Amino acid sequence: MRLDPRVPSGPLEYRWTKCKNELQLVAPANRRKYTLIVVGSGLAGASAAATLGELGYNVRCFCYQDSPRRAHSIAAQGGINAAKNYQNDNDSVWRLFYDTIKGGDFRARESNVYRLAELSMNIIDQCVAQGVPFAREYGGLLANRSFGGALVSRTFYARGQTGQQLLLGAYQALQRQVAAGTVQMFPRTEMLDLIVVDGKARGIVTRDLETGKIDVHLGHAVILATGGYANVFYLSTNAKNSNATAIWRSYKRGALFANPCFTQIHPTCIPATGEYQSKLTLMSESLRNDGRIWVPKNKGDKRPPNEIPEEERDYYLERMYPSYGNLAPRDIASRAAKRVCDEGRGVGPTGYGVYLDFSDAIKRLGRKVIEDRYGNLFEMYERITGENPYEVPMRIYPASHYTMGGLWVDYHLMSTIPGLFVIGEANFSDHGANRLGASALMQGLADGYFIVPYTVPHYLATTKLDPVPEDHPACREAVENVRSMIKRLLSINGRRTVDSFHRQLGQIVWEYCGMSRNAQGLKKALELIPALREEFWENVRVPGSDEEVNQSLEKAGRVADFLELAELMCLDALAREESCGAHFREEYQTPDGEALRDDERFCHVAAWEYQGPDRPPVRHQEELVFEFVTPTVRSYK
Amino acid sequence: MRIILHIWRQKNRHSPGKFVRYEVPDVNPHMSFLEMLDVLNERLIEQGEDPVAFDSDCREGICGMCGFMINGIPHGPLRETTVCQLHMRHFKDGDELWLEPWRAKAFPVIKDLMVDRSALDRIIAAGGYISVRTGSAPEANSILIPKQIADRAFDAAACIGCGACVAACPNASAMLFTGAKITHLGLLPQGQPERYERAIRMVAQMQAEGFGACSNAGECEAACPKGIKIENIARMFRDFAVASATRRPPSLKAEAAAL
Repeated sequence: MRLDPRVPSGPLEYRWTKCKNELQLVAPANRRKYTLIVVGSGLAGASAAATLGELGYNVRCFCYQDSPRRAHSIAAQGGINAAKNYQNDNDSVWRLFYDTIKGGDFRARESNVYRLAELSMNIIDQCVAQGVPFAREYGGLLANRSFGGALVSRTFYARGQTGQQLLLGAYQALQRQVAAGTVQMFPRTEMLDLIVVDGKARGIVTRDLETGKIDVHLGHAVILATGGYANVFYLSTNAKNSNATAIWRSYKRGALFANPCFTQIHPTCIPATGEYQSKLTLMSESLRNDGRIWVPKNKGDKRPPNEIPEEERDYYLERMYPSYGNLAPRDIASRAAKRVCDEGRGVGPTGYGVYLDFSDAIKRLGRKVIEDRYGNLFEMYERITGENPYEVPMRIYPASHYTMGGLWVDYHLMSTIPGLFVIGEANFSDHGANRLGASALMQGLADGYFIVPYTVPHYLATTKLDPVPEDHPACREAVENVRSMIKRLLSINGRRTVDSFHRQLGQIVWEYCGMSRNAQGLKKALELIPALREEFWENVRVPGSDEEVNQSLEKAGRVADFLELAELMCLDALAREESCGAHFREEYQTPDGEALRDDERFCHVAAWEYQGPDRPPVRHQEELVFEFVTPTVRSYK
Repeated sequence: MRIILHIWRQKNRHSPGKFVRYEVPDVNPHMSFLEMLDVLNERLIEQGEDPVAFDSDCREGICGMCGFMINGIPHGPLRETTVCQLHMRHFKDGDELWLEPWRAKAFPVIKDLMVDRSALDRIIAAGGYISVRTGSAPEANSILIPKQIADRAFDAAACIGCGACVAACPNASAMLFTGAKITHLGLLPQGQPERYERAIRMVAQMQAEGFGACSNAGECEAACPKGIKIENIARMFRDFAVASATRRPPSLKAEAAAL
């Protein structure tokens, strides 16, 4: 299979313009004849559904939550990047592009990333016009803060709730279209299969999570905006119900899955406390602007932090990366934390934690300033841990947070199945092997507001799409597939709960395919995961029936998919014999422990093709061509 | 510690419900309230019983999906805290707690502690937005907003739409929710063109959904996990009054007359 990324040629700055000029249009009167299916209602899904509805298409939007406003974009705290150069610190589209592609360790497409940087400015304009209450200066201008991996101040924010405010903006735009009748919303509805007719994506099979009713929804294109798969680790910063089912089942229908091993571990989360732990809570990376990260110099130093004198503290990020210091990118900060804890210098009851200390900042700026900047984050920390971070340093530890991998898409954000578009975190496109802070919100909104509203119409205008009846064999087959899986899950009646399998899977993936990986461990995981999957299908207990609210059944289907996806992650991590970004293979590191890329052999996207349940997937490659930047060793020293 | 729970169990929208007693003997004080229910549910499944259905998603207090009454208080006893962020260290060994769903005509119970809050989405759809087409926005810094105004708008915009205000109100009113959105958008220069129509439309929808009126009990503010202030309701009344007197669009006259 040849993967055609459909990247325009010519100067980088004009590529998106050139592409747009060449895209075909759909006449206004014809738009309502097209039905578009949008799955997911986060930043990407809500912005795409609202914008396509506004253009006059007939949109159906689905989410598993009780309202589109709950999608997990809402939990993003820190901010959104844009190359506005409002701070006059010599920021530019080029610089945002360069920081993003370097932050991704040169494993993303130049053209996509440049477009993202270009669109970043339109996003801020759009959100402000919608009434998003971004932070302001006293003169009434928009305020900015700095963020990991950048030397300029380009992050726009709304206290520690930027994702919430951006999502509510997109949600309100969506509700406006619901009222206008262009978008029909299906909350508490989960996509369980993709319907492919004549090689094109034409619909989805859904389950109503209240009544259990299985339905077929047909349309002319399907847009997946279902987020990432970090919950494969069980403990992650994702919402409890975030899942990979939509993208995974589309993969099994022929969409290629790209770079599944590129998963990001966020350095600043609240450490886990016990087995009952259901999720991990992120503390915004913006805290690293003013907090200093340290551990005791001596192993096993159990003194309370305020009794450890300055000279016995190791501010290890400042020591190892003097120019970026506490603002080193996420992957680097996470691995450094793991290293000091593995050396036995970790803090807290489990020894898996490091201090994030604000005492210097409070001394320098006063408590009031810190309160203004991070007040709600400090409250959140205190609520969860029972400790007051104004007085005692926070304890943090890395946790699984974001997945750069996802379904492969071309420059139009279309997968290898024509008519199946994938946007936001669900695709693999813009962040390479590591995402910089405040870039996820930017990507979700760029994809939804400004890219698919142009590329989807082009697909509709240039593709012959015959009507598909609801009793088409492809629909019947997909429905049968869904029904038989549900029936099977309910009939096993074993002894273990779904969560117990999920927890065990998470431990395996965290141990062998987490912050650092090696061939031996990955091979072990590739034995453990299929064995666990086999046990799952023999011994899981899913109570209740399929004709009612059944949260165990919902979880069971999602965990069944994670049990397969985890294997693909390990295969991908094993095949990528280099370290890059968040993918750190212990065999490939520099003498001082930094990631060692292999541009000769691995300057490509790995895209996996499903071959059926009994055959291993096939690995395809899309070569990455760097015409405008030279991949360098990423240095933050 | 040992916690005794009386949980409202209701099979679906149409069945009657009742309290059922459960005991969780080994609660860790560092658990969140929902993690304690997870542990209970794991046991119920292992014993072949139906686990307790409750909504939750982000579990960090921002998505607004979780929420139920604990001893008659929405989200439980800790101020400005959703139930997913409420930790068991705030309870004592041997505590006996009654858990029940939000009670309001406009929030039908779906199962156990889950309710249908789609009425809130319909209130937003009635006018809780600024009509700005994608692509038609002016340059962001061309709209200057004094910091104090932006901060006040943010305070109102922090609402998570959980419905605790409705559950707390003796009249099951959704005025704190509706007032917060009217305030957020009505304070901003971008929100001025639609300010009064918005108030009329959103209030009309709120009443059509079967939410009650405000009698200044103030329970909503006390229960709100995000600290949304009751002054938002005053602002809503003000915009609504001005709109009713001066700017009522003719097509909405009939609706407003019915109020």
